[in-house]
Amino acid sequence: MNFLKRYLIPRLLQYLLVSFLGLSAVFLLPRFLPIDPIQQRIAQYQTFGVIIPPDQLEYMISTLRSLFGLEGTLWQQYVMFWQRLFSWDFGPSLARFPTPVSTLIAWHLPWTLGLLISATVIGWLVGTLVGGVAGYYHRSRATRLLEGMAMVVRPIPYYILALLLLILFTHVFPLLPRGGGIGIGVAPEFNLAAIWSILLHAALPALTLIIGGIAEHFQAMKLIVQTSRSEDHVWYARSAGVKDETVVFHYVIRNAMLPRITHLGLTLGVVFSGALITEIVFRYPGVGLLLYNAVMHGDYNLIMGISAISVMVITTLILLLDLLLPLVDPRVRHQ
Amino acid sequence: MSNRGVVLRTEQLKTSYVLHAFGRRVVVKAVDGVDVTIGKGEVLGIAGESGCGKSTLIKALFANIEPPLQHIGGKVLYQVNGAGVDVLSLRPQERRRFLWKFVSYVPQGSMSILNPVRKLRATFQDFLASHVGGQRAKEALAITDRHLTELGLPIKVLDYYPHQLSGGMRQRVTIALATLLQPEVILADEPTTALDVVVQRGTIQLLKEIQERWGSALVLVTHDMGVQANIADRIAIMYAGKVVEEAATQEIFRNPQHPYTKFLIKSLPRFGDRSAKESAPGSPPSLAKLPGGCAFHPRCPHAFDACRERVPELVELEGNRRVACWLIGGEGGEAP
Amino acid sequence: MSGLLRDLFKDYRFIIAFGVVLGLLALSILSAFSPFDPQRALQVPRAQPPSWQFLLGTTWLGQDVFWQLTHAIRNTLAIALVASLTSRVIAILIGLVAGYRGGLVDRILMSVGDTTLVLPSLVILILASIFLREWLRDLVNLGLLLAFFAWAWDARVIRSQVLSLREREFTRVSILSGMGTIRLVVKQYLPFIMPIAFTTLINNMSWAIGMEVTLAYLGLGIDPSIPTIGNMLQVAIFRQALFMGFWWWLLAPVGTALLLFVSLYLLSVSLSEYLDPKARVQRIGLR
Repeated sequence: MNFLKRYLIPRLLQYLLVSFLGLSAVFLLPRFLPIDPIQQRIAQYQTFGVIIPPDQLEYMISTLRSLFGLEGTLWQQYVMFWQRLFSWDFGPSLARFPTPVSTLIAWHLPWTLGLLISATVIGWLVGTLVGGVAGYYHRSRATRLLEGMAMVVRPIPYYILALLLLILFTHVFPLLPRGGGIGIGVAPEFNLAAIWSILLHAALPALTLIIGGIAEHFQAMKLIVQTSRSEDHVWYARSAGVKDETVVFHYVIRNAMLPRITHLGLTLGVVFSGALITEIVFRYPGVGLLLYNAVMHGDYNLIMGISAISVMVITTLILLLDLLLPLVDPRVRHQ
Repeated sequence: MSNRGVVLRTEQLKTSYVLHAFGRRVVVKAVDGVDVTIGKGEVLGIAGESGCGKSTLIKALFANIEPPLQHIGGKVLYQVNGAGVDVLSLRPQERRRFLWKFVSYVPQGSMSILNPVRKLRATFQDFLASHVGGQRAKEALAITDRHLTELGLPIKVLDYYPHQLSGGMRQRVTIALATLLQPEVILADEPTTALDVVVQRGTIQLLKEIQERWGSALVLVTHDMGVQANIADRIAIMYAGKVVEEAATQEIFRNPQHPYTKFLIKSLPRFGDRSAKESAPGSPPSLAKLPGGCAFHPRCPHAFDACRERVPELVELEGNRRVACWLIGGEGGEAP
Repeated sequence: MSGLLRDLFKDYRFIIAFGVVLGLLALSILSAFSPFDPQRALQVPRAQPPSWQFLLGTTWLGQDVFWQLTHAIRNTLAIALVASLTSRVIAILIGLVAGYRGGLVDRILMSVGDTTLVLPSLVILILASIFLREWLRDLVNLGLLLAFFAWAWDARVIRSQVLSLREREFTRVSILSGMGTIRLVVKQYLPFIMPIAFTTLINNMSWAIGMEVTLAYLGLGIDPSIPTIGNMLQVAIFRQALFMGFWWWLLAPVGTALLLFVSLYLLSVSLSEYLDPKARVQRIGLR
């Protein structure tokens, strides 16, 4: 009971608060426009040579207003925003009228989540494991080589990494497909051919995220393990004869887990952004590509919808990680 | 020295920190030729200012020499079961079997040597696993329970994590862990410094109790002269990596011989003594740049030529004491 | 100061990074002497590969890649500087206030900060870029927008520093001797805080450059006719540079970006290792 009060509830409250603030920001931003999206849209139509008689104009403006969620006072809009949010209604997509935004997102989101979660987990696992071993044998040549590699790879932002991999594996060595999520003409069903096609197409985007993740987590874990050797409870246990396997697992790695998971949570925002941009480079059919197209076509509602969903995805993932912490660290469990 | 024989002895022990930074190599002589002898069941206090090398000395006694600390020369010899053991030249395997069983180390903070993510029972079992032959679980459990009870600790303590205990309780558990196999020698490095006064007293009592009950020798490093006065049989005063004076506790307090010891004793508050306290002028030298000759000479009011040129050796005086000073047992004069 | 530089030069990473950054800075200064107007097209023969006349070749739009690059570096660095300096100032201000005041003010500030940390900055930046498109055409404005996302982390770090400083003896002494709050904070705390803010400045610049390139790649960001590294990259990709075989056009911005990121990273790592108090202990005997 104590635990619930001390840990669980504050975390939940924080989750709700941050989500609330984030979504409100998503709501407020477009309303601070120096430009009116309605006028912008009208102007757009007019550049295509469409002539709109004045009475029709009024009707059009009010329709657009309701489509954009811009009718009424700011407060009314705010309330409506939240109402719609709870029913997953973001209005229709303007570029692919009248498909509702929520349908579009629902189709594309699984691709992003699949890519994001699997690539992040693999990158974290591999990076942490290799970093752990490297940290323990931190004087060996192999370790120094790996450290050097990580040092070069780590500052490279995801899109450049993506571009490099793209050029390397589709141009220089044409091994993998240039883009897309699945081969043209292959139906997304549960047969081997389809699954294989999906995996092939996901390979490069996933590789981008994985490489970035490995570099970062390798360095972090290596540092932790390296400094842990001088920590009192580690050297004391070793001097006193505690078995090596016990020391490595229970004294070094277990203690490193807490900061590792916290680190993962902190980087989620960045990794998510990275995933989106990677999708754009590889034309992978996730939310990133959807966002890109929405931006290109000025699809107001879709952009709003994606922003809102992104906020929710990240805060939820972080909450899940936060809930994982007490399972791993007794200091959190028994405050 | 006690009549029951020597249990630990060092021979010109030299350990230094060798640091490489920005292309330069600096050697910090933390322990610079130290000879100490400890008898069975004896309590030896090692005192001195911060930075005099006493912590490094005790680490070396426990063979905890990790880079950048290096063993430059000399030996640390334990006398165990009739055989001499040069702990610094043991192979890692042997050393691990030797340490903790015959020699144990009680560190400064109480939290630090307890693994924070492991229940205390598991930690105790980890330590016993390679010492209690065959790792018979029941036997290990019995040892632990019995030990804790003897030290007045509730057995329930084992079911907790370290952070769930109070500071005082943690310190007692740490001492229990350190002395689990009733070692011959206990090395305590500033065991009271990080604690409040009440807990300090309890810790000292506990150490004294253990030492008396099992006849272990205790080497106590602390700059707190009050604690030294309380439980040490003999005190060795360290300065700049060397032992400058060593005698029975009473003698050190009543009749200090070395000029540095004199300053040390004079600066201690005593009942009824209202005179102004003065400390030695200047400050201790950097262990990386020791002055030539006697390391204390820049601050010593009685320094003369020999002091600047040659390092004084420890000289045996009557009454079982040793002093390293040219004023005494050397050229330059009689005991002032 | 010279002692500091001398010590830093012993670190091979610092040397490499410093050299590269200096070189890039030199290039950006060179932009003032550019014989071509960076915003005009068709000034030189199109799509020429690198030669002695055109050091890095020319673009399909008839611009000299080398001189474009000098402008691009200059502009990108300018944006990054605006972003990171502004965010340092914000971080210091907020960190000081939150740390010293404590209580509700602290909670509110930190919650706002945490929110900017946790949210997907890219998405929100995209959102903002779309709706503030006109305002964002200016370099400085983009820098300011980026600064909004960069202060939260350091504000927290500074806040915890202030919290520990507040408990120290000298604070109580200062207050008891009548020092005003602002004077106390500025004179006493700032010297401790500055090094922290400075070491993260470089990381910040790296991030800002990354964001600028990303936004440009998406067609958002500043006026596309003003060359920045991001804009050069975007135009090259948009015009199918690779497909048409004009690899030099793409390589220039990509290569420069890579050099920038890696060298800035090495700089920040070597600097922060130097300033790390634990590493300082090792240098005690060296003076």
